[in-house]
Amino acid sequence: MAHFEKANSVYEWLDQRLALDKLWKVLAAEYWIPKNINFLWAMGVVLMTMFTILVISGIFLLMYYKPDTKLAFDSVNYTIMQEVWFGWLWRHMHAVAASVVFLVIYIHMLTGIYYASYKRGREMIWISGMLLFVTFSAEAFSGYMLPWGQMSYWAAQVITNLFGGIPFIGDDLVIWIRGNFYVSDPTLTRFFMLHVFLLPLIIMMIIGLHFYTLRIPHVNNQDGEEIDFDAEAEKYKAGLKKEAKVIPFWPVFLSKDFFVLGVFMIFYFYLVFYHYDFAMDPINFDPANPMKTPPHIYPEWYFLWSYEVLRGFFFNVGPLSAMDMGLIAFGIANVIFFFLPWFDKNEEVAPASRRGGFFIWFWLLVVDMIILTIWGKLPPTGFNAYIGYVAAVGFLALFAALPALTARKRGLLMFVILTTIVLFIAGYLEYTKTLGNGFVIAALFVIFYALFFLSPAIVKRVGGAR
Amino acid sequence: MNKEFKILAIIIILVAITYWGIEPYAHSKMHPHHEPATFKYEDLKPLALKGDAQKGAQAIMNNGCTGCHSIKSQNIPAPMDPVSASASYGVNPPDLSNIGAVVDPKFLANFIKNPAHAALLTHKFNDTKPFPMPNFYGSDQDLADIVAYLVSIAPKEISPKDAFETACGRCHNLRYDKWTVIGEKPKFKNDVEKADFELKLAKYETNLKKYLGTTPPDLSMFIRSRGPEYIRDFVENPQKILHGTAMPRVGLTEEATEKVISYLEKVGDRKKEKRDHLGIWVLGYFVIFAFLAYLWKNKIWSELH
Repeated sequence: MAHFEKANSVYEWLDQRLALDKLWKVLAAEYWIPKNINFLWAMGVVLMTMFTILVISGIFLLMYYKPDTKLAFDSVNYTIMQEVWFGWLWRHMHAVAASVVFLVIYIHMLTGIYYASYKRGREMIWISGMLLFVTFSAEAFSGYMLPWGQMSYWAAQVITNLFGGIPFIGDDLVIWIRGNFYVSDPTLTRFFMLHVFLLPLIIMMIIGLHFYTLRIPHVNNQDGEEIDFDAEAEKYKAGLKKEAKVIPFWPVFLSKDFFVLGVFMIFYFYLVFYHYDFAMDPINFDPANPMKTPPHIYPEWYFLWSYEVLRGFFFNVGPLSAMDMGLIAFGIANVIFFFLPWFDKNEEVAPASRRGGFFIWFWLLVVDMIILTIWGKLPPTGFNAYIGYVAAVGFLALFAALPALTARKRGLLMFVILTTIVLFIAGYLEYTKTLGNGFVIAALFVIFYALFFLSPAIVKRVGGAR
Repeated sequence: MNKEFKILAIIIILVAITYWGIEPYAHSKMHPHHEPATFKYEDLKPLALKGDAQKGAQAIMNNGCTGCHSIKSQNIPAPMDPVSASASYGVNPPDLSNIGAVVDPKFLANFIKNPAHAALLTHKFNDTKPFPMPNFYGSDQDLADIVAYLVSIAPKEISPKDAFETACGRCHNLRYDKWTVIGEKPKFKNDVEKADFELKLAKYETNLKKYLGTTPPDLSMFIRSRGPEYIRDFVENPQKILHGTAMPRVGLTEEATEKVISYLEKVGDRKKEKRDHLGIWVLGYFVIFAFLAYLWKNKIWSELH
């Protein structure tokens, strides 16, 4: 056993046993962040704050919420919103935070993509972050069911039904997920369990992992510059604050984050009090009614882009049904970001503006995702359906083209571009005459998907990046 | 610094475009535009004659109105209890004490003359399936007198709750304010009273459903699910917004509609005032927070460059 002196204060007593000084240094006072950053680097702290708000408001809501199809709606809309002291505030904060957190997640993700913060040692940061995106999505979906309004019910009906598209086990899987043949009381209680226990637990563990993955490769900076963190830290500690390229997490990094956070909170609470309909859809204030399908069923805004990738494939192509193609595309869309570090063959860590074609690729991706989001909500009729088709094919094509683009394989890139153009022509043909040429289009799709899955491997075999 | 503003501007523009697309634009595509309510009821014939309230008191007896309708303020009781009335007519005929305070007089005259026509329910009711209230075949002078009488006995100022009960309360429950289609839910002394009330309610609702073809929704959360503008336009002309609906046009005046809406707001969004008030304080707090954080940040970062 180690030697212990008599302590002169409570703090010293604790410090002897828990090494508080050292812990604080490791976690904050001597945890080094590059100095060359902008406010986008504050999104992590904003996200952490939003998650904390979600947990705390969630705990208060949990005290009055009743996970029972007969009681859920009134427990939220009457008990919590009207009877409980400030229940309405917790509910508004919870609902708006759940929506806004995705806005910040998307900004955080796109920042990572723009500054190439997902490669050359930072792959695990990216992957753990994407795991958080997926678990947050599951958390949001399960939470949206709980008030048991019309859209809670019908979104659950539509989304759980998607699992039926999985070959062989699909139908059984849907029943297993729902706990019944249709969305009903057992569905609500199990999603309640997921929402308040299992998923938050997993999220908290992955947040820990996400922070841990930052330790070795360190946070990226605005220029993608490689920094000798130990040497720079010594400079800072020696008082050469102006010369050092790093700053400590506390208080320097956080002092800026607090300011960004303050501005963000003004925006957030404005939404909470005065502009909440986008996050608390009016239609969900109608109680769930399995007998009455709403005229428009749509997910929350943050799922619209992947929903539109699913919906974009709306015409059968030969032996492939629209549903199957849509599901495959949807499945790809939901996991493709995980593979970004391997689809990007360029080893250079620099902002997109200094990575040539990647700059164009990045902004095409942003524009395409915005189009998918907007058209994911518009009724998929007439011309709108074709815009969705083009944007969905475009989304897949962007990722298929990335390896060729970044490895500067002109031939391969041309191939992806041509394939995409052909797919667009296929859509055009479908538009002008709804039948015919099925086999040709099916073959094109096979080529497209083969290319899509194999292109990173091909690029590597043929030569790879500079 | 300049660069940070540029990044912020790009983010704001992209978020604004996305927001515009998924909220105002998408909703304008999902819910086709309709003309806002005017409460003029211009399709109906105006009252030609001036009525005499005293003669109207007589006419309302002579024409048998009180055979179905109560006028409780004039001590004329209902001939039947609500459940029996619903069994006979589908819905309990309204008490006429307050009708003149919520319904437009021109609409009232047209409704008495030809109810299905004024209520815009000719797609539901015709010669083979007549509207439960018969057309009025008396003289136009009698009609004008009856309207004048109903207006004269109506209170000058009606409470939002009474406006709701007269206009909506016989078809729509409002469970968040203990209102049911057969009246306010009383405090039960024992389980027998409770079961008795619930049985009556169930019978009434079953009759109502048979009559309308659907159960009219509880309106407790309509202020949040539909919003004031929708309710306003819908009440003025249900067919315009929900073509083919069984809901009658009830001919409310603009003031009465506003009262109904304010009552629905009080029941469904009781904390609105508190929310609006507290919001200012919370926003104020974070404005100060951000300002102080900015000063602190500047102090710390000034040593770094």
